[in-house]
Amino acid sequence: MRSYLPDFDLQVPDSLGEALALLTQELGQYRPFAGGTDLMVLLNAGLLPAARFLDLSRCQELRGIQETSTHLSFGALTTFTEVRDCKAVHQHFPNLVKSARLTGALAIQNRGTLGGNIANASPAADTPPSLLAYGTEVELISLRGTRRVAYEAFHQGYKKMDLAPDELLQRIIIPKPLGRTFHFYRKVGTRQAQAISKICLAACARIENGTVAEFRIGLGSVAPVPARARNAEAVILGKPLEALPIEEAQLALLADISPIDDIRSSAHYRRVVSQKVLGQMLRELSQSSF
Amino acid sequence: MIGAPAIRKEGRAKVLGSTCYTDDMSAEGALHGATVRSQIPRGILKGIHFGEGIPWNEFVIVTAADIPGKNRVASIVHDQPFLVGIGEEITHPEQPVVLLAHGDRQLLVKARKAVRLEVEELPAVLDLQSSLDLTQVIYGTNNLLKEIHIRKGEPDSVWSQAAHVIEGEYRTGAQEQMYLEPNAMLAVTERGDPNAQVTVYGSLQCPYYVHGALKQLFDLPDDQVRVIALEMGGAFGGKEDYPSVIAGHAALLSWKSGKPVKLVYDREEDLVCTTKRHPSRTRIKTAFDTEGKFLALEIDFVLDGGAYATMSPVVLSRGALHSTSVYCCPNVHIHARAAATNTPPSGAFRGFGAPQSLFAMERHMDVCATQMGMDPVELRRKNFLKIGDSTATGQIIQENLDLGGLMDRVLKEIGYHDKQKAFAAHNATDDPIKRGVAFSVFMHGCGFTGSGEATMASVAGVEGLADGSVSVLAASTEMGQGKNTVFSQIVAEALKLPVDMVNTAIVDTKYVPNSGPTVGSRTTMIVGKLLEDAAYGLKQSLIQHGFLKEPYSPEAFKEAVQKAHARLGSIKSYAQFHKQPHIVWDDASYRGDAYPTFSWACYAAEIAVDTVTFEVKVEDFVAAQEVGRVVNPVLAAGQIEGGVAQGIGWGLWEDVVSNQGRMVNNQMTNYIIPTSADLPRIRVIFLENPHPAGPGGAKGIGELPMDGPAPALLNALQNALGPLRLDEVPMTPERLLTRYEEVYGG
Ligand SMILES: Cc1cc2nc3c(=O)[nH]c(=O)nc-3n(C[C@H](O)[C@H](O)[C@H](O)COP(=O)(O)OP(=O)(O)OC[C@H]3O[C@@H](n4cnc5c(N)ncnc54)[C@H](O)[C@@H]3O)c2cc1C
Repeated sequence: MRSYLPDFDLQVPDSLGEALALLTQELGQYRPFAGGTDLMVLLNAGLLPAARFLDLSRCQELRGIQETSTHLSFGALTTFTEVRDCKAVHQHFPNLVKSARLTGALAIQNRGTLGGNIANASPAADTPPSLLAYGTEVELISLRGTRRVAYEAFHQGYKKMDLAPDELLQRIIIPKPLGRTFHFYRKVGTRQAQAISKICLAACARIENGTVAEFRIGLGSVAPVPARARNAEAVILGKPLEALPIEEAQLALLADISPIDDIRSSAHYRRVVSQKVLGQMLRELSQSSF
Repeated sequence: MIGAPAIRKEGRAKVLGSTCYTDDMSAEGALHGATVRSQIPRGILKGIHFGEGIPWNEFVIVTAADIPGKNRVASIVHDQPFLVGIGEEITHPEQPVVLLAHGDRQLLVKARKAVRLEVEELPAVLDLQSSLDLTQVIYGTNNLLKEIHIRKGEPDSVWSQAAHVIEGEYRTGAQEQMYLEPNAMLAVTERGDPNAQVTVYGSLQCPYYVHGALKQLFDLPDDQVRVIALEMGGAFGGKEDYPSVIAGHAALLSWKSGKPVKLVYDREEDLVCTTKRHPSRTRIKTAFDTEGKFLALEIDFVLDGGAYATMSPVVLSRGALHSTSVYCCPNVHIHARAAATNTPPSGAFRGFGAPQSLFAMERHMDVCATQMGMDPVELRRKNFLKIGDSTATGQIIQENLDLGGLMDRVLKEIGYHDKQKAFAAHNATDDPIKRGVAFSVFMHGCGFTGSGEATMASVAGVEGLADGSVSVLAASTEMGQGKNTVFSQIVAEALKLPVDMVNTAIVDTKYVPNSGPTVGSRTTMIVGKLLEDAAYGLKQSLIQHGFLKEPYSPEAFKEAVQKAHARLGSIKSYAQFHKQPHIVWDDASYRGDAYPTFSWACYAAEIAVDTVTFEVKVEDFVAAQEVGRVVNPVLAAGQIEGGVAQGIGWGLWEDVVSNQGRMVNNQMTNYIIPTSADLPRIRVIFLENPHPAGPGGAKGIGELPMDGPAPALLNALQNALGPLRLDEVPMTPERLLTRYEEVYGG
């Protein structure tokens, strides 16, 4: 059915070390290939300039979910299905489970990876808002060593990341929320499944003595990158649950977002509906019992 | 056999994956074809340049100059060229200009990109209003592809005396058929007088349309052109007229190269260039008396036909003929126009103009009820057509029609009255989810419009084979709707045989007669009736020739056919459509019997709309229809469920986004058809009232389910949210938000 059959070259290194060596030797020549669910779409449509791929599937170091007393750490190759199947994720990061469940449909969830979802750097990706709401860090690796970056600083502009050409995304590390926490996730897609987000909002709040002691909101599809809603957060932080200044936060949100018109939705819809979803989240927060 | 849930004849092969679609065909030494398109909406083609880095000498290159016959696609109007020649006008951005073929698909893609067209651009007309305003004259003298007036009584005498005069304007968008299998053709040709032969195999609904197109393109007689319809992965009207173009292209490449050529579109190309449902605008002016009875109706119905006429004249006709829906009105004026724009031609799509005009009228009825403070149920009941009434064309309703009963059945099934009360109470709370329930009542004319069937005079037949089984000879194609099975059932019923003794012959123009196109809800009713007659003919001649005696067993029939075949060589029986004397139609005045009969329906929808996101969820759907007689209950229910799904998609999500006349959301990711997660359970109810025009009393059902969902959904949205300007489909969340803000503020 496909009229375009591009030429391509696929390397399958046996280990992470070998993969990093290839990346370093021929700097900028290889495109990492994880589940391929983003790359194959572009390849099929003839829109992928790259023709050389580095299949990461044998890099065991990039797999697995590890739990410590304070964190969960996800290998970059962790699939959405693995996220959905992991008890500890359900317990600590319900928003992440929801993002995984609402991504594509089962086939995509079996193949698509967290690392690919991040490194594809789409502002419409569905796990980044959850990762932002949970104060995630990412670990990057190259032959030069490893380094950790706060995820909220990782995306630097549209499709620009703090990722050098010799580096791979190795792990995604999320601290377990402490104390009493409130979680909210809502994806507004173009339909109920196999849908790209028009708006996505994730939030996590820690409640202490009836006030909002810690609060992060992650947003998708309303800015060039997955973004924190710092202005809206600031309005709510420290406020008692029974008197959240919801309308003030909705106004403040406008400074956090820069939505556009595109083939999926309009800037107006994205602006209004992200304010409404924020309002819905804050009403749920104010009514939550702690 | 009629009425039994016979298993799909081709079902097993499809389930096992052994079905052979066009792209699965292989031909020795075949080349792949590709199409270079205009890319600008309007201009004069000045030159064609073949860029560097491509071994052009290895390529087969076809331009308009290579066409042996006439460079016009045979259709209702012969206005569309197969390829734009140098010095000729480009009239839409996906117009084919150059054809390429090569054995290496990768190289083919590179070559396609390396062809540069030199064009002198002209100002384009990209929307309906600009076309009507004649900002540029791009077609004929007035940009109109077709214009129709239908008049009954004198509406102008009524407006001033009416108790209520209510006006409305309604719009519908383009819609893509989204068959699973994109368009595909394989052409094999032989040159040289006098034995030249052009053969195409493909995914196509109407073999004889393609046959006619190839004859004209190559200037060849009937028997030197052969069209074989292969198994199709869906069509929905999308493979009615465009396959003539693709078949022509594949055949031209094959003709020039002397090799078989396969031309298979990928999804992106199929979406940008093939035909879609006509976008529409309908203005309605209605006059009612104090009771709410219709006094007058004035309808201004306009379709965007795109750059060429294709099926627009007949789509317009069907749309106009359905624009008054199921109501009786003494004074009517319908003014219908299809206007040209510099966009890819619109074409056939399930419903064929009727969904557009019925959306407007069925939406308008609820708007009128609200404005007059009436119940939409009672307003409709007062105006329903009944036996003896006449339609806008003066057609007298001959059947014992009980639309009120049909409507009541549906309202009861969905719990309309209880839900309306419960939702009114619920919607007054601060729950952001608002709920609504509403319905539409409508009909769909069976078979071709007006004198179409009589003019076409289709032929279908049956053949007794050497093994004693019976084969169905018809050019009607199987596109997933179940034609193979239903035809076999009809013939089996007529001959009193088990259904597995009857099969359908391969649809090859060399062997099967022209039973007409597989369109217009005509296959079961019209062609099925011919087959019933042909089957009786076969039986009669077996009896007359002494091979068979009544009553007989299937085994005796089989032996009779075997013997007859052994003795006579071939036994075939044909039947031809003849104009029924009591059916009168005048094309010039648009008066008379527009259709032999109609299928009648009432659909009800329950929806929930989230006022946080303006997403609409369809919670329940009841689809009840009177279809004469159900030939196969499983296939019939499948037709209704699929059509309702398509109607829901059109009503809520499916939006063709264009830029400079080109579709820009030409991927399944961004052109939003519903998934199973977006659809409710669709409850299908059939009422039977056998009609003499169809086999065993069956009427057409294929298009009917496309007509009702959109107005029912938007009426339900009105029930949930109040009288917003719900005047357009698809009513996407983005549009609904805007409408909501108009009434309730930002
Ligand atoms: C039908 C369909 C539905 C979809 N639905 C959704 C949806 O609902 N929500 C959503 O968010 N996405 C969706 N997607 C997009 C896609 O599935 C996700 O973004 C997925 O997470 C990508 O992961 P992958 O492993 O397949 O990435 P790949 O395609 O393999 O790679 C994506 C990008 O990340 C880079 N990359 C991958 N791994 C690494 C690494 N370890 N280090 C550095 N770079 C790396 C690659 O080089 C590439 O640029 C959908 C895709 C399809 C085809």
